[in-house]
Amino acid sequence: MQFGIFTVGDVTVDPTTGREPTEHERIKAMVAIALKAEEVGLDVFATGEHHNPPFVPSSPTTMLGYIAARTERLLLSTATTLITTNDPVKIAEDYAMLQHLSDGRVDLMMGRGNTGPVYPWFGKDIRAGIPLAIENYDLLHRLWREDVVDWKGKYRTPLQSFTSTPRPLDGVPPFVWHGSIRSPEIAEQAAYYGDGFFANHIFWPKEHTQRMIALYRQRYAHYGHGSADQAIVGLGGQVFMRRNSQDAVREFRPYFDNAPVYGHGPSLEEFTRETPLTVGSPQQVIDRTLGFREYVGDYQRQLFLMDHAGLPLKTVLEQLDLLGEEVVPVLRKEFAALRPAHVPAAPTHASLVAAAGGAKDSTVHAVDDVTGKAPEGATR
Amino acid sequence: MIRRTLAVVSAGLSQPSSTRLLADQLAAATRDELVRRGSEVELHVVDLREYAHDVVNNMLTGFAPSALREVIDTVTGADGLIAVTPIFSASYNGLFKSFFDVLDSESLVDRPVLIGATGGTARHSLALEHAVRPMFAYLRSVVVPTAVFAAPEDWADGTADGALRARIRRAAGELADQIERRPPATGPADPFALTTDFLQMLGRGDGEPVN
Repeated sequence: MQFGIFTVGDVTVDPTTGREPTEHERIKAMVAIALKAEEVGLDVFATGEHHNPPFVPSSPTTMLGYIAARTERLLLSTATTLITTNDPVKIAEDYAMLQHLSDGRVDLMMGRGNTGPVYPWFGKDIRAGIPLAIENYDLLHRLWREDVVDWKGKYRTPLQSFTSTPRPLDGVPPFVWHGSIRSPEIAEQAAYYGDGFFANHIFWPKEHTQRMIALYRQRYAHYGHGSADQAIVGLGGQVFMRRNSQDAVREFRPYFDNAPVYGHGPSLEEFTRETPLTVGSPQQVIDRTLGFREYVGDYQRQLFLMDHAGLPLKTVLEQLDLLGEEVVPVLRKEFAALRPAHVPAAPTHASLVAAAGGAKDSTVHAVDDVTGKAPEGATR
Repeated sequence: MIRRTLAVVSAGLSQPSSTRLLADQLAAATRDELVRRGSEVELHVVDLREYAHDVVNNMLTGFAPSALREVIDTVTGADGLIAVTPIFSASYNGLFKSFFDVLDSESLVDRPVLIGATGGTARHSLALEHAVRPMFAYLRSVVVPTAVFAAPEDWADGTADGALRARIRRAAGELADQIERRPPATGPADPFALTTDFLQMLGRGDGEPVN
């Protein structure tokens, strides 16, 4: 099972000091958090993508490319990549490039984005959110699997004899997750392609997650990719820890009370009861997280949200120490012991290459337009 | 015997509340009418006051806490709805509106609804027609023609043959008529139900699944 963190990349005032970080500080903090994730033994760092204040990560592959250069093992991902407002051609190119630079340490999670005004900035309309997600991803899927694509759709100019470069590393596209809180259509989409499905699982009651995962598993089996319990499931989670649980509650409360999304609404106690948020000791986090499996089944990836609501970098890094040293080693062992042999691990570049029968160079060499000849030794 | 459920929503704020009193009288009259016509009736009365914090939390977080979730499922899954609010500043009160704001906008489509209101003076009575009825029109509910307003003088004259009682009986009869025209409710809609399949979404019915 993979463990990691996902970040929204929000610039938020620290309610205990009144201080708001600059964009520069926040961007550097995100990098520091990613490097720390590798240092403490986590597997995945995933960044959000946003195109409006107060968020900084508008250019995920720039950030992930930089992190790739400074890490060795960390898997780089997104939470989420906007499949609605991004051009699927640019996603195909950017993430294939990142895949090469990181030697395969990349996957991505598709999401729609829920901020209405963002869509028209990119020439789109939020009312077409689902159809955009469907059409754009279908094109992206082809661009990574077919060397030459002729394509015509509703939301983008047609493509004729188009080759997306670079071709995926070793001929194997990055693994894709589809993220959604409550749209059954997206669970269906993930199931159709045999891709992973990620339930956000923060800020919302567990019943949403339970229903969406059950639907995804059932449809995954329906489309013949394996049995329902072999579907590839990821979950979010949100925790704040101190050795002593009362200290965790006391320290986190002002951040909770003033947080974007849920601040000034339910109490910390109500919210921890109604959603998967856990504020307490590492042992409480271990117990709660192991409980997720009871309502979604054996799953492959657990990402935690650790750095929002204005928490200072120093605190986040302390949280990552606790997560990496005290929580994840226990979770790894316990989840592994519970997982039946026929349930697969999360796909990685290595496992996908093996499943494809080995690595093959997929470089597409240019053909001379006049003579029709390719350079010596090149294949097309 | 056909089994019917009747949800009663009262947005009265004081306790005891004249809004709740009107809601109870409308509920009892509707139940009696349905029973007289041979149905079995289950009444669910909701005092929104008890869920006021949950309603605000729902507006802020986007999801209903579990206690409110149960109430929403009861209201949206019933055969008929009786909705009663005090009139504040020429309209329904904020709690009443907020509750209906957090419902899925499709969840009361074609639902028989009886609307009622209370106020400090009879001059507020048309608020039912210019505020409450249009809100349910937006939700595409079927609001019965008789809306019942109770002013202080109606309670003073609250005998069995008073004008208020006559309006309540007429409204209850209209609601019973609308309920009886429909098959028994099957409970709240499932927001997670898949109503399409992928190839339909993709706009082609002929593709093969990708392996």
